[in-house]
Amino acid sequence: MWSKYSHATRIAALTTIGTIILLPIMIFVLGPNMPPGKGTDVGKSQVFDNTVLLIVMTPFTVFILVYVLYSVFAFRADAAEPLRDGAHIRGHMPSQIAWLTITTITVLFLAIFGSAELLSSGAGGGQGPHPISKDKGALPVQVIGQQWEFTYRYPTYGGVETAQLVIPVDRPIAFHVTSLDAIHSFWAYELGVKADANPGVDNVAYVKAKTTRTFQIRCAELCGLWHGYMYDTGKVVSDSQFTSWIAAQRKQFAGSMKYLPPYATSYTPDPTFRAG
Amino acid sequence: MTNARKLIGFNLLTAAILGVIGYYLGWWLGHQITGPSVAYFDDTGQNDIALYLAYLVGVIGFLIGLGFANYPVQRMLGKPPTLREKEQGGWGRYFGLCTDHKVVGIQYLWGIGAFIFIGGLNAMLIRYELLTPTQHAWNGNNYLTLVGLHGAMMMGMMTSGILGPFANYLVPIMIGARRMAFPRIEALTFWLLMAAGFILMTSLAFGGFPTGWTGYEPLSDQANMGMDAYVAFFALVGLSMTLLGLNMLVTVITMRAPGMSWGRLPMFVWGTVATSVLMALAAPVLISTLFMVAMDRTAQTSFFNDQLGGSPYLYENLFWFFGHPEVYILALPGMGILLEILPVFSRKPVWGYRLAVTGMLGIGLLSFLVWQHHLFVSGMNADVRPFYMLSTELISLPTGFIFICALGTLWRGKIRLTVPMLFMLAWIFNFLIGGLSGVFLSDVPSDVTTHGSFFSMAHFHYTIMGGLLFAFFGGIYYWVPKMTGYMINERLGKWHFWIMFLAFNSTFGPLLVIGFLGMPRRAVTYAGYLQGANDWVSVSAFVLGASMLLFLVNFVYSLVFAQVPAGDNPWGSKSVEFQLPSPVPVHNFDVIPTFGPDPYPYGEGVSAGAVQRPAVNPARAER
Repeated sequence: MWSKYSHATRIAALTTIGTIILLPIMIFVLGPNMPPGKGTDVGKSQVFDNTVLLIVMTPFTVFILVYVLYSVFAFRADAAEPLRDGAHIRGHMPSQIAWLTITTITVLFLAIFGSAELLSSGAGGGQGPHPISKDKGALPVQVIGQQWEFTYRYPTYGGVETAQLVIPVDRPIAFHVTSLDAIHSFWAYELGVKADANPGVDNVAYVKAKTTRTFQIRCAELCGLWHGYMYDTGKVVSDSQFTSWIAAQRKQFAGSMKYLPPYATSYTPDPTFRAG
Repeated sequence: MTNARKLIGFNLLTAAILGVIGYYLGWWLGHQITGPSVAYFDDTGQNDIALYLAYLVGVIGFLIGLGFANYPVQRMLGKPPTLREKEQGGWGRYFGLCTDHKVVGIQYLWGIGAFIFIGGLNAMLIRYELLTPTQHAWNGNNYLTLVGLHGAMMMGMMTSGILGPFANYLVPIMIGARRMAFPRIEALTFWLLMAAGFILMTSLAFGGFPTGWTGYEPLSDQANMGMDAYVAFFALVGLSMTLLGLNMLVTVITMRAPGMSWGRLPMFVWGTVATSVLMALAAPVLISTLFMVAMDRTAQTSFFNDQLGGSPYLYENLFWFFGHPEVYILALPGMGILLEILPVFSRKPVWGYRLAVTGMLGIGLLSFLVWQHHLFVSGMNADVRPFYMLSTELISLPTGFIFICALGTLWRGKIRLTVPMLFMLAWIFNFLIGGLSGVFLSDVPSDVTTHGSFFSMAHFHYTIMGGLLFAFFGGIYYWVPKMTGYMINERLGKWHFWIMFLAFNSTFGPLLVIGFLGMPRRAVTYAGYLQGANDWVSVSAFVLGASMLLFLVNFVYSLVFAQVPAGDNPWGSKSVEFQLPSPVPVHNFDVIPTFGPDPYPYGEGVSAGAVQRPAVNPARAER
């Protein structure tokens, strides 16, 4: 029964079977566990994005693997027989056009889909000083990278500066990421946020956490000697906990806050040093 | 004259002596320029000007010692210069300036091979450190230097990893020429590259460099003198690349034999052409960028210093404008080798010749339009990200052409699983994984998590190591019998292949997952729960390293001890280089061949005479 079908039919059948087996695994097993987790709005959109990519990739992967393995077994030359040539096929226009059409449609779909996802939420990435996906009511939190630690500043709370990042749950946050020296990258893995910290630049990223939890913060851009030690743990807490925490911080640092420079989205040294 | 030249010698020894003298001359000159009046140099003992001049004068001395000045000097003195240098003769020609493209190819093979092993050793040391989540083997600076050396060595030296040995050796033969268009420049590209690799290693003597292979500003502006080694190294690599690319282009454009029209070029030559275009257009950007870095470090300009009016973004953009074509400079020759070797062991013509050529040229064109995908989360203008997402994903179309052509070539062939063929099939698998992981990185929402993580690191190892290095080894097993006249042992070759293939996937497959789980690149510490996975990866990496040693053993054993003659055509190939004696005689062809209409005349019912066997006088064939 197997032998009465052509090579092409067999490959098509194996590809279809493989895809049908793998797709549910991608959608229901692997997909929901894709990074960075669904703890935030942007994290959820990234998980969705990753799942869609997995689904789109599956048939292509299965086809190429099935094809190559099938060819190696079906078209393998007998080692004992003398050197013989295969069929003299120099191309096949219908399959070339079909491949071109399928891949073009897929690629255009991916680009449009990715752009739509990106433009709707900003996806947690650093959008630079002029973000296109804005959230006007967001609580601004400034992240100041320096060799080799992050400091966090809350401009709406008197510009208090702390060494620990605490954000309230269910409230949109606007991270304003900047640096004092080399390029760093603020990566809050579980939040699905990554934004490079450039000296003199205000790089904005938005996120809204859905559950209270802790999250890892790492520097994701090589910034020198202690780059590997530039990590930190942040907290998502309830609104009331946040209010009391920030009040305590303001009280604790009241003495030093008067020495801080006025709040700015980026910090550059005093102009008198600029003459070089 | 001949006696005088023998007496003075223009060989590697003279070159080393003049190089060292030049180095100290430049060093002294630099201190004369800066002088004791510039106090801040004395504070740290750091004198970047002196080091740059030392490298510059040292390299010039090295090249004069090799004999690169002989030709212009003799022309200026009105004496008739030699047009060809050291093309006849024994082992000596491998250790100096030689204008025979085949000698240069073999020089490249050994030279690049040596640096691959050094770069690979760095990788082993990195993986040794990552056995535990905390720092245990190297201090922070040494770890970063290892990371930087590994990256720079591989990304810099391997740019010519295939074009150097294989294109220099084979392109003139494949197009029916007796030499490259500029044989002296061809030799220059090799010796520049060797000087560059050596300079990179001297970085260790000056404290290493902390920036990785990307050399981001302003970190590189802070760095100590080891950074100057990186800058000088990469600028020389860029120069070598530019010259190599131009030389290849001119050769292929002007020196094709009768009958060798563009539509008949072998696929490997097409891969070389596409790569050369990228080299000639992208590498000058690198050179000028590094010149700006050097000016920032020495003459106190501020191209990249934001506090003085410059911008680190400028560096990122300039670097990646070179850097993205660079990764295709690494990948494209592998595609050329893939489509060159698949027909031989499938006994079929390349499937979709024009589609494959379109694919290679399309990749080359698009690679100049995608560089900002390296900056998706950098805070660049947010409006342009959809465009770069689209252009990046568009690259998968021409890459898909290469895939469908490779698959079509296998179709109803007579496949022989020789070692080169195994490497090519592995190329298809590795590049498939590499390409698919690239889709995650090209998609901005997904890239937010994967950017700068081990995922992106594993991705480019799948494309570059899985693509370039597998093609490189496939090329070695396929063409070295032609170059040397001796077969490489097949049984050991298969062991090498399987260990390398499995260990490679066992190393970089888990790294994709580790990246997804949140481990950043280049960090010496990582979260404790990733230790099991990292240990697995490290052990796999050591096995991968061991497979390279197995290759080395096989290579030396086969070429030095076993010496099984390969014959003229061990693979039954119909391409022109396999119609010549092994090794190929100095002048390649006695009579320039005329090429038939089909570069791949495999297949039932095709006359064997479609490639005309080039005439070679056996008496002149040098064994």
